[in-house]
Amino acid sequence: MQRIGVFVCWCGSNIAGTVDVQAVSEALKNEPGVVFSANYQYMCSQAGQNMIIDAVKEHNLTGIVVCSCSPRMHEATFRKTAATAGLNPYMVEIANIREQCSWVHKDMLTGTEKAIILGKAAVAKVNLNTPLVAGETPVTKRALVIGGGIAGIQTALDIAEAGFPVDIVETKPTIGGKMAQLDKTFPTLDCAACILTPKMVDVAQNENIRIFSYSEVTEVKGFVGNFDVTVKKKARYVNEDICTGCGACVEKCPMKKVPNEFNLGMDNRSAIYIPFAQAVPKVATIDPNHCNMLKNGRCGVCSKVCAAGAIDYKQQDEYIQEKYGAIVVATGFNPISMDKFDEYAYNQSKDVITSLEFERLTNAAGPTAGKLLRPSDLKHPHTIVFVQCVGSRCASCAEKGKEYCSKICCMYTAKHAMLTRDKYPDTEVYVFYIDVRTPGKSFDEFYRRAVEEYGVHYIKGMVGKVFPEGDKLKVQASDLLNNKQLHIDADLVVLAAAIEPDKSARPLATMLTASMDTNDFFTEAHPKLRPVESPTAGVFLSGTCQGPKDIPETVSQASAAAAKVVSLLVKDKLKGNPCVASSDELMCNGCSSCERVCPYGAITYEDKEFRMPNRTVAIRRVAKVNPAVCQGCGCCTVVCPSGAMDLRGFANRQIIAEVDAICK
Amino acid sequence: MNNKLKNTRDEIVRISGVNPKKCMKCGKCTATCPAFDEMEYHPHQFVAMVENGDIQPLLESESLYRCLSCFACVDRCPRGVEPAKLVEAVRLTVIRQKGGNHLKTDDIPALLDENIPQQALVSALRKYAK
Ligand SMILES: Cc1cc2nc3c(=O)[nH]c(=O)nc-3n(C[C@H](O)[C@H](O)[C@H](O)COP(=O)(O)OP(=O)(O)OC[C@H]3O[C@@H](n4cnc5c(N)ncnc54)[C@H](O)[C@@H]3O)c2cc1C
Ligand code: SF4
Ligand code: SF4
Ligand code: SF4
Ligand code: SF4
Repeated sequence: MQRIGVFVCWCGSNIAGTVDVQAVSEALKNEPGVVFSANYQYMCSQAGQNMIIDAVKEHNLTGIVVCSCSPRMHEATFRKTAATAGLNPYMVEIANIREQCSWVHKDMLTGTEKAIILGKAAVAKVNLNTPLVAGETPVTKRALVIGGGIAGIQTALDIAEAGFPVDIVETKPTIGGKMAQLDKTFPTLDCAACILTPKMVDVAQNENIRIFSYSEVTEVKGFVGNFDVTVKKKARYVNEDICTGCGACVEKCPMKKVPNEFNLGMDNRSAIYIPFAQAVPKVATIDPNHCNMLKNGRCGVCSKVCAAGAIDYKQQDEYIQEKYGAIVVATGFNPISMDKFDEYAYNQSKDVITSLEFERLTNAAGPTAGKLLRPSDLKHPHTIVFVQCVGSRCASCAEKGKEYCSKICCMYTAKHAMLTRDKYPDTEVYVFYIDVRTPGKSFDEFYRRAVEEYGVHYIKGMVGKVFPEGDKLKVQASDLLNNKQLHIDADLVVLAAAIEPDKSARPLATMLTASMDTNDFFTEAHPKLRPVESPTAGVFLSGTCQGPKDIPETVSQASAAAAKVVSLLVKDKLKGNPCVASSDELMCNGCSSCERVCPYGAITYEDKEFRMPNRTVAIRRVAKVNPAVCQGCGCCTVVCPSGAMDLRGFANRQIIAEVDAICK
Repeated sequence: MNNKLKNTRDEIVRISGVNPKKCMKCGKCTATCPAFDEMEYHPHQFVAMVENGDIQPLLESESLYRCLSCFACVDRCPRGVEPAKLVEAVRLTVIRQKGGNHLKTDDIPALLDENIPQQALVSALRKYAK
């Protein structure tokens, strides 16, 4: 018989306001096995925990029931308390009388009644608890970073700095992400390339870092400390190890009319290309959709001009298997498509552009060599209209826009407006805004400078429509503070398009069993207290794949994720979860039902000899669970027709005892 | 707000099916409105005035009949507020308060001009029907 102690928490007034805690501790006193029952203001506090430790000693307790908040919150806390008191930590059960009672019920009577019932169920369960010991698994001391934008770069550098090997997998031919496309960066206006490219070089030169560029993760198996990952290196038709990045091939390639994605299609590149001068790795890539040699076998110019002999038209996709202890997701963002915004004439006029296109138009390495010229006729624009919140804060139609604020566009629009007025004082600049959101160090000061020093016209209102007429763009907009409708003849219209997670993030999340929100941003384990961990152990989050962020925030999160990875990789062994499934060989009939439902592939079968009556031997196929892979979800225990499969810590008889206690 | 006005406000909100609280005061409706110059109160003001219970000026305003029922504001509003439906509901309220002076269905064919575009007819019915 167990000797059980019951501890009812008030959670201040959180629980005690709607649940009569005194009545609960009184009622549970008389349950079978209970030898001690008390209530206290904050069980999780030091004093509350000491109360448990003292009671264990004084009353020789063998099991503990804490009636408090959700086990997600403090189960670990109270297990540690039990261990300190010399009990097995798995002799603790939590009855959730906060989220499931006081927070959902309005009146004391129902709240209390339910709390007592949940308490009884927990007592019934503890009566059947047995001590459990967690197994240990070794940790592979290597990390994987998926995505090579500034987030992935910073995370990889920090992990490498701590002495662990890191691989970066990047889908594009080069690392750098969106930051490589930017011109100057708010709030200090340093040039993006000047601060990013040295970091890219550091990555290339760091011997702890390997870059798999033009590559994708195609399969992830295993669990924290022991992930098995398959990376597909797409054929780039150039031998990376010998290409020197001289660019002779790029120059001589006759297929020069391929839209250049790095400049967002505003100019062309050749079929063999290096995305930009500071690309890392600086290696050429052949675009198989446009290369004549790959399409119809006619050409081969690049192979002739390549002094290094790096061109390989027969190169195949390559699959690489590697083991990792931790995985960091850093897949970043993209601006949303403007196709559904007919009112802004984005598809009708070349002079209606997105802000990212504006970055390229002002970038010295961009299609106009940094001169602000409008795309249609390469003339200098004299009136520019910026529209904020295009597709952000849009709740009317999920296909058109996003309900959230994209966070970065107020600041980069202020930057664009200010830089334009600085370089071209003869240009009138209008910014239409719903709100100007500039929280952040030196951010509001930055925006006010745009207005006060640079004379940018900030207008509270929205643009309703843009239509091309002659060589002008007619802009119809509201000016709410003056209750006016404005008609502006503009030369260039710049749309601050909302941002969304990369489209590849959703399938990747499925592979990683990491969760996402409805907008496809990765969810963190706790929005306040565990912001860089995903709820899946061993998977960490870095940068805009988790939510809209500017560079300073991205880099902070990237370093934080690296710190978490390092604190995982320094461990030699990880304690597993002892609450795993196991099958009773004598009852298992080898039907394979459990194997089919196990989401983690933890179940295999083996042929085993069994001694039968009259000294005969029978060979039977029985299920075997790999405790390191099992996550304790319990699916197998439900499907097992013979009742052979059971979950430690949540055994069938424990669950039945709980149900009985509730239904009594 | 007195009780009568409050009832009128609630009635307008009810028949329009519009929740004025969803409006984030961006002004895209007003930026879009082709009848802006004709209207004393613009679509975003309709929304704000109904929300604030500022109903009397709306009931008396010519703006009710200047709105083209083009629904551009409904189409463009990023928050799905549908201001034109509010304009319509205020219009209906005025007509209802006037009493039964609306068209009878049987009288309509005789009044029709063959050249009127379908869309205008539908708008007219929206505007003037009970
Ligand atoms: C127009 C504009 C102007 C801006 N200006 C500023 C500014 O002035 N100052 C500032 O602080 N911030 C600015 N920002 C914000 C800044 O760009 C971001 O904060 C930053 O780029 C986020 O970095 P990231 O690494 O999270 O994402 P990204 O830069 O998007 O990098 C993600 C990387 O992951 C790769 N990837 C995606 N999916 C996969 C996959 N499945 N497998 C492998 N690789 C994958 C992508 O190819 C990419 O290289 C601006 C943004 C825009 C749009
Ligand atoms: S493939 Fe050859 S020619 Fe082209 S950049 Fe590399 S080394 Fe130079
Ligand atoms: S950051 Fe500014 S422009 Fe961007 S969505 Fe938010 S409020 Fe709109
Ligand atoms: S429906 Fe009326 S208020 Fe709305 S845009 Fe058209 S004319 Fe303006
Ligand atoms: S467009 Fe919609 S959200 Fe914006 S002011 Fe008009 S009604 Fe309000």
